[in-house]
Amino acid sequence: MRQIGIVALREFNDGLRNRRVVATTLLMAALALTLALLGSAPTGTVGVGALSVTIVSLSSLTIFLVPLIALLIAHAAIAGELDRGTLLLLLSYPVARWQVLLGKFAGHVTILAVATVIGYGAAGLALSYAYPAADAAVAAFATMVGTSILLGAVFVALGYLVSTAVRDPRTAAGLAIGLWLVFVLLYDMALLGILVADQGRLITTGTVNLLLLANPTDIYRLLNLTGFSNTSLLAGMAGLAGQLRLDRSVLFAVLAAWVCVPLALSGCIFARRQI
Amino acid sequence: MTAPTVSLAGVAKAYGTQRAVSGIDFTMAAGERVALVGHNGAGKSTLMKLILGLIRPTEGRIALLGVDPAGRSSGAARMAVGFLPENVAFSPSITGAELLAFYARLKRQPVAGNAALLARVGIAEAAGRRVGTYSKGMRQRLGLAQALIGRPRVLLLDEPTTGLDPALRQSFYEILDELAADGASVLLASHALAELERQVDRVVVLNHGAKVADGSLATLRRFAPVSARIRLTLQQCEGAAPPAAIAGNGLIWTRIEDRVWETRCADADKLAVVRRLLDAPLPLADIDVVAPSLDEIYAGFLRHEASP
Repeated sequence: MRQIGIVALREFNDGLRNRRVVATTLLMAALALTLALLGSAPTGTVGVGALSVTIVSLSSLTIFLVPLIALLIAHAAIAGELDRGTLLLLLSYPVARWQVLLGKFAGHVTILAVATVIGYGAAGLALSYAYPAADAAVAAFATMVGTSILLGAVFVALGYLVSTAVRDPRTAAGLAIGLWLVFVLLYDMALLGILVADQGRLITTGTVNLLLLANPTDIYRLLNLTGFSNTSLLAGMAGLAGQLRLDRSVLFAVLAAWVCVPLALSGCIFARRQI
Repeated sequence: MTAPTVSLAGVAKAYGTQRAVSGIDFTMAAGERVALVGHNGAGKSTLMKLILGLIRPTEGRIALLGVDPAGRSSGAARMAVGFLPENVAFSPSITGAELLAFYARLKRQPVAGNAALLARVGIAEAAGRRVGTYSKGMRQRLGLAQALIGRPRVLLLDEPTTGLDPALRQSFYEILDELAADGASVLLASHALAELERQVDRVVVLNHGAKVADGSLATLRRFAPVSARIRLTLQQCEGAAPPAAIAGNGLIWTRIEDRVWETRCADADKLAVVRRLLDAPLPLADIDVVAPSLDEIYAGFLRHEASP
């Protein structure tokens, strides 16, 4: 535990030092504030709260941005250190490989968490100052921030899987971008195409449920865009939400599995790795 | 005699079909300084990684301070090991002091001792600067400082003196002497053989992954398939052939300069040859006996291996 903490602290300090934390936080705060302020303009004083609108737009932003940032941070975690030659020395120390991996994971997720909490928190505070929000909307916003961090953790773990599986950091970067494209863009497009083509003949609701669980960004979407009635109406997800019979706890559990399984897999690969 | 700090028995390591090292038997005792010598790719770094447990041997057994270095219970042994990799690299954005603090914490050593370590390797004034601004020699010394954390009982140094100027090399070997006197086993991989003379107790020669020689420098000299050189300077010399007095005896003389002749003879025979030369009616001006340098011994072993 102590060794994990030491490695985590170093990763976080490295993140502070090379201004990764600052850059990520500023980027997220800037985008979140822009979306919050622009997005709240058209609602005016209609019944829907400004915060609910912002949750919808911020969730969509998160799905693009957070996996990208997470993969950018994570893809070089092992392959990059191996390439620079720093891993050899680190592993000669009394620290097990799984401790290195978990320590890096803790450090990288903390970087993401700090950026998300500060960045989105700033937007949330600004909005609730301008338009006092309902408690439900605040809860939804908090869930959004929490699940954004969880989504980040998923892609950090996936980034490690790539980083331990290949030797060259450039290959890892390429694969990481591939993962991002698949999970963020291609998967949903393909799913939509299939559903339209199928016209509900072969693919049942159960299959759709499973297909949605197979993509962490879809789980995130379901958690945030269907969780609260206001947001689900706004996001145009109400129809889908009505069809789905997935409990929120199931969604959380599967999203957590999306963190644990890639992390465990990359731990196994790393343990067998010839340095 | 205490148990060896490092011992390898019949160790082989293959990457796929390519054998990196094979049939290595080798032990190190406390306080011993051993040089691991070999050409590039001879298996020096592989051997160090094996001893550190970073890779597992395909055959044979390795014990580091009594435990399997790649096993689960190697943590305690690793606490007592210092390692300086070849081409040591550090994260460039943190300072030397921070870097050393990180490594000291991993070894559960007080961070307070780091300042003394940095001073010992001579980069105390650069402790607060980012590692990215360090020169090659300073990085190398920082690498040595991290290897010295917590008074290691086994030190593995891979090409430690590359990038160090002669004065720094000298102080580097002084540090090694102190450590060995303190009871640490020091294994030093190198191909800069000339500078190892008098710095190590034993030399292990690797060639294409196999151990071809192991012993003190004096022993290696005696058994090396290389010869000593005897060089004569005459007061005057006529003709292109060697003077009659030194010709024969199966020695082959070559002319180095106008009045200087040189021959090679086995290390064991050199005394007899010199005695004969002194007795011969020669206008001797000078006589030099040059023992083979470590480089020549090493090259001799390699030649010997290449043509069995």
